[in-house]
Amino acid sequence: MSTTGTQLRAATAKPVAARSGLLFLAAAVLLALGMMASLGVGSNPIPPGRVWQLLWAPDGSFDAVVVLEQRLPRTLVLVVVGAALGVAGALMQSLTRNPLADPGILGINAGASLAVVLAVALTGISGIGFYLWFAFAGAAIAAIGVYLLGMAGQASPSPVRLALAGVAISMAVASLVQMVILANANAFNEFRFWAAGSVEGRGYSVLFATGGFVVVGLVLACCLAPALNALALGEDAGRALGVRVGLIRGLAVVAVTVLAGAATAAAGPIMFVGLGVPYLARAAFGPDQRLVLPGTALAAPVLLLAADVVARLVVLPGEVPVGVVAAILGGPAFVMIVRRPRIEAL
Amino acid sequence: MSDAVRAPVVGQDRRPGYRRLRLGSATVLLERRTVVVVLSVLVALLVLGVLGLLIGDYPLNLGQALRALFGVGGDPLAQYFVRSQRAPRVLAAILVGAALAVSGAIFQSMSDNPLGSPDIIGFTTGSASGALLAIIVIGGGPAETAIGALVGGGVTAAIVYLLAWRHGLSGGRLVLVGIGIAAVLQGLNNLLLVRASLTSAQTAAQWLAGSFNATGWPRVLLVGAALLVLLPAAGLLARPLGALVLGDDLAAALGVRVERSRTLLVVVGVALVAVATATAGPIGFVALAAPQIARRLTRTSGVGFGAAALVGGALVLASDLVAQRLFAPTQLAVGVVTGVLGGGYLIWLLGSQWRKGAR
Repeated sequence: MSTTGTQLRAATAKPVAARSGLLFLAAAVLLALGMMASLGVGSNPIPPGRVWQLLWAPDGSFDAVVVLEQRLPRTLVLVVVGAALGVAGALMQSLTRNPLADPGILGINAGASLAVVLAVALTGISGIGFYLWFAFAGAAIAAIGVYLLGMAGQASPSPVRLALAGVAISMAVASLVQMVILANANAFNEFRFWAAGSVEGRGYSVLFATGGFVVVGLVLACCLAPALNALALGEDAGRALGVRVGLIRGLAVVAVTVLAGAATAAAGPIMFVGLGVPYLARAAFGPDQRLVLPGTALAAPVLLLAADVVARLVVLPGEVPVGVVAAILGGPAFVMIVRRPRIEAL
Repeated sequence: MSDAVRAPVVGQDRRPGYRRLRLGSATVLLERRTVVVVLSVLVALLVLGVLGLLIGDYPLNLGQALRALFGVGGDPLAQYFVRSQRAPRVLAAILVGAALAVSGAIFQSMSDNPLGSPDIIGFTTGSASGALLAIIVIGGGPAETAIGALVGGGVTAAIVYLLAWRHGLSGGRLVLVGIGIAAVLQGLNNLLLVRASLTSAQTAAQWLAGSFNATGWPRVLLVGAALLVLLPAAGLLARPLGALVLGDDLAAALGVRVERSRTLLVVVGVALVAVATATAGPIGFVALAAPQIARRLTRTSGVGFGAAALVGGALVLASDLVAQRLFAPTQLAVGVVTGVLGGGYLIWLLGSQWRKGAR
């Protein structure tokens, strides 16, 4: 770095850092608000003050059981799943230089869900500790498959091609899942709601089984951020800057697989969370992945929490799967992005 | 490009593989391979149709079935099964398949992408939304469901087109907007199902799976009448569509009124897919696969509505037979079978494109 570069950095670093810090703070506040709403809202509404009190001093009342045994694990699962899907989307967008990459749109979640449904239908074992591994395997196969198919011999697949390959594969996989579910009563019972993307009744066991993997995936993603920044200049420029291109790409695919697989195992296939949030994060933080990835990890759970709160309120006293609400909220965002005059390459 | 330039040149003499057919002053250039393919698909359709009359929980042999079909012979049960159960079902499957295939051919040509077919860009989902609204909110019977599907498909197409319109229409943007709208509509459909009462949710779920169970003559006549208008309309539009594929400027230079042709094509294509969906529920992947299979069989780059329609009919008919007999006596939904078949075909299609490295 030359002297002018250092001076430039000194001159610009402070306001950028201050602005980013403020944005991170805002995202954290939103996340806290979302978690409080998720703890309080439902068929048995509990005011925020009482929730706060119960969190620190559980008194064994019915409300305490609802908050601590049902809503708290569910909220934490939502946070973990949201962060995982958001960062997986951001990584995929950076990797494919395609703003339409999202683990849901590109069929990664569908692949994971097919593997899970098949595993449960064929073996009859239905613990998440067991089928989590199948979710990873399915996500990995789908990720590699969609990328290869979307490329179709070109150097980098166009946004349209990649999105179409993913959607088409998702649809084919979804009808396979339908067939397995219809043919197997056990799987049907297990996956009727899961297949639409739901966190209803997710307890601490799901949280503990998937949380560790998501944390590993998030740390790996953040470690890759500087290298991804260099790769954004192009493969040759990245190589000239000392990036081992193949290794970084491979590690990024591993991170995407772990994040998307764990999220799908926990909550079923959910679309669009990984699409809109990284888009907003890039608008807020600029192209620097070192800021975009953590910002996405903070902001994506807010979207999922909001979707889940809506999902619980819209058909009181019942609820709809959160994946349904995420699709209804996320679809328009997708349309807005593709309506831009030119879908900019990343 | 070379194909496109070659195509309008009709007067050229005696090219190998072609045959000129004079009808008064008009001359039609027939490709020998296309004729062979069309004839073989017709034979396949006939065989499948006869099979559809024979097999079932009350199996018949060929003679019994034909006697029952023409109303001779004294087996009233066979006559009932063949004439009022199996024959309308076979016809409905062929007609629906043809409608889906022609609609798929129209949209694939317009978006210049094999995946830009109406089931992927949301028109089928929109028809389903309309039908679900009719079943769940209005509590309507089959007639209201069909009307709901027609209206739903039309409204969805209008929304997708308005949103995709930006200084003209690009195929890629149309497809992407369609994907987004399809996701929203899919969510709405799920929401409607969750909110419905148990009985109407069951009716809706049956309808959503796509099936020819209990298809009677009235429905066959309705879809037949609609196709009697829509298929010739599509045929008339095939030539402007072939020019539109070359790009708007070139099409205009060839004397095609671009916007008018495009609007008419969209109207016909949406009407076809909506009629098919109203008849049998959403049947996925036929609109995607049939035109592509036809194109590969005939090895032409043109629009090819006729071959596509025949292949579509054969595809749906075969899928329906599989759906009926695979887990008999349990009847599978035909949509599930076409989904699995089409999914496999799709992966093969993408894989072969990838190997070829073209397009």
